[in-house]
Amino acid sequence: MSSVAVTAQTAGEGAARAAARRRTRKASGGANRRAGWIVYALLGIVLLISVFPLYFTLLLGSSDPVEISQNAVPQWLPDLSLFTQFRTVIESTQINFWLALTNSLIIAVVVSLAVVLFSTLAGFSFAKLRFRGRGPLLVFVIATMAVPTQLGVIPMYILMSDLGWIGKLQAVIVPVLVSAFGVFWMTQYLSESLPYELIEAARVDGASMIRTFWSIALPAARPAAAMLGLFTFVQQWTNFFWPSIVLSSENPTLPLVVKSLQSNYFVDYSLVMGGVFLVTLPLLVIFAFVGKQLVAGIMQGAVKG
Amino acid sequence: MAVLTDRRSAPDSGAPQRESRRLGFSQRLGRWDVKLSPYLYISPFFILFAVTGLFPLGYTAFVSVHEWSLLGGQGEFVGMQNFTDVLSQPTFWKSLTNTLSIFLLSSVPQVVLAITIAALLDQNLRSATFWRMGVLIPYVVAPVAVSMIFGRLFADQYGLINSVLTMIGLDPIAWHGDRLASHVAIATMVNYRWLGYNALIFLAAMQAVPRDLYEAAVIDGAGRVRQFFSITVPQIRATIIFVVITSTIGGLQIFDEVRMYDVYGLGGADQNWMTTVVYLYDLAWGDQHSLGRASAVAWMLFLLIVVIGFVNFLVTRQISTSGSTSKKSRRKSATTSMSRGNA
Repeated sequence: MSSVAVTAQTAGEGAARAAARRRTRKASGGANRRAGWIVYALLGIVLLISVFPLYFTLLLGSSDPVEISQNAVPQWLPDLSLFTQFRTVIESTQINFWLALTNSLIIAVVVSLAVVLFSTLAGFSFAKLRFRGRGPLLVFVIATMAVPTQLGVIPMYILMSDLGWIGKLQAVIVPVLVSAFGVFWMTQYLSESLPYELIEAARVDGASMIRTFWSIALPAARPAAAMLGLFTFVQQWTNFFWPSIVLSSENPTLPLVVKSLQSNYFVDYSLVMGGVFLVTLPLLVIFAFVGKQLVAGIMQGAVKG
Repeated sequence: MAVLTDRRSAPDSGAPQRESRRLGFSQRLGRWDVKLSPYLYISPFFILFAVTGLFPLGYTAFVSVHEWSLLGGQGEFVGMQNFTDVLSQPTFWKSLTNTLSIFLLSSVPQVVLAITIAALLDQNLRSATFWRMGVLIPYVVAPVAVSMIFGRLFADQYGLINSVLTMIGLDPIAWHGDRLASHVAIATMVNYRWLGYNALIFLAAMQAVPRDLYEAAVIDGAGRVRQFFSITVPQIRATIIFVVITSTIGGLQIFDEVRMYDVYGLGGADQNWMTTVVYLYDLAWGDQHSLGRASAVAWMLFLLIVVIGFVNFLVTRQISTSGSTSKKSRRKSATTSMSRGNA
């Protein structure tokens, strides 16, 4: 599948044309002059602003709490005392760091897989199968994206409490197993990237519907599914509002660890900041590997998570 | 699928008579497969959405007209009592003003800066991917962590920003004392996290602008700045509105940053930076334990967001139909609504 085709059905004809044009321009060379140093300088400043707060966290994590309360920047380079803070955070019985890490991982992975599976399934149906009520139902899905479901927290809390799920991971996982945006995204992708001929061929060969989905639609959906999964992962990993309502510090996720760091050690800023960095680190590491895909996903129209 | 079914059954009809019964069965099975599967595949979404999305929203209305305590559960029917209670609370109105103020402070500069960064990224850059990834780094930092870090940068005493202000001869600012200053600090956190993200959305839109427009402008003698304001900005109008709408929906539900801005997390001693969702949280899970009143707040905020979303939608459609917008932007305007809010 050529990348122009992908751009065309995810970002529209215009973007695809632009991409193609870019490529030819690059090949012909020099039609558009290179950016000047001032552009790089300005971008450098932007990059510095993006990274500095994280570096600052490292600095505070390396210094002494007393120094922090007397000096805005206690030192300019992080040092090994950072690891002392990491160790204190990890070993603290009030923080439950490993449990939080495991919980965050379980939630983000389960939710991402579920969203991808259910969205692809529904997207396949909406994009490629004919059935009564398809149009109105799809309109309904799109309309639900306009509903701030977060505001249903109170009945959701009552429901979770009736089920006895307060404090348990399923209270966080179950409400976000499906995503209207995911269904819309996969419908868009599959309706343009999965040829009817392939489905027909599978059907002629005697494949059942689910088999057709599994061996034809799912592989074809892979690029879009990967992006959907990635964004869902980041969204769940950084999610705080609902988990802070239904989970407690005995069974936390990583963002809740930040909250308990603040309330347990608020005078010891170096410890708090060391902990904040530790909590941020896993996603930064993941970003180093998938950052490129995230950029591509946003530019192809993935919507804020 | 009718076509598919016919093709599939074609060889069957030509099969020998004695096999017809078995084939008839599998054929019938196949037909059911074709008929039911589409519904089966979309059902997980609809069932789960009904339970976890629609039902809670509808039930919020039910809870809001009852006396309902966090611990005691459902009480008497009280009609509009919860609504009038909330509406007569100065804190409610203060939280609403705070929310709108923080929202304005985070959306307007954010759009302007994001477009500027996008324009920089749209230049013919060496290692473009590196720069694009660079501006996106803040997106993977959780809002609670952003808030903790910026809480130190904006510390009233010995915070880095106040130190810099003092150094260049200005007075330090009471970031936790002054109402507007606290809004600026919180808006800065939102901007930090979303700036690069939105810049990439604008970048994608800019790359879809037909290049011949620029070529024509160059022939007409327009400079770079003129090109930017006369071609780029009008061409990405729909995307600008899209970004504004998503930040509206997210901005009106801001919670994380406020919750972590001080140790108590309830918007300061005078509720100077308490937002409406934090107020809702405090009503339900704070001292009052009043799920009824919290539901009233949720319902009013919901209506406010839907109304604003609808107005935005009308404006967007107006602009899309007035020509000049790409296919992509129109599709995005459909997506628009609230996906960030659902986060």
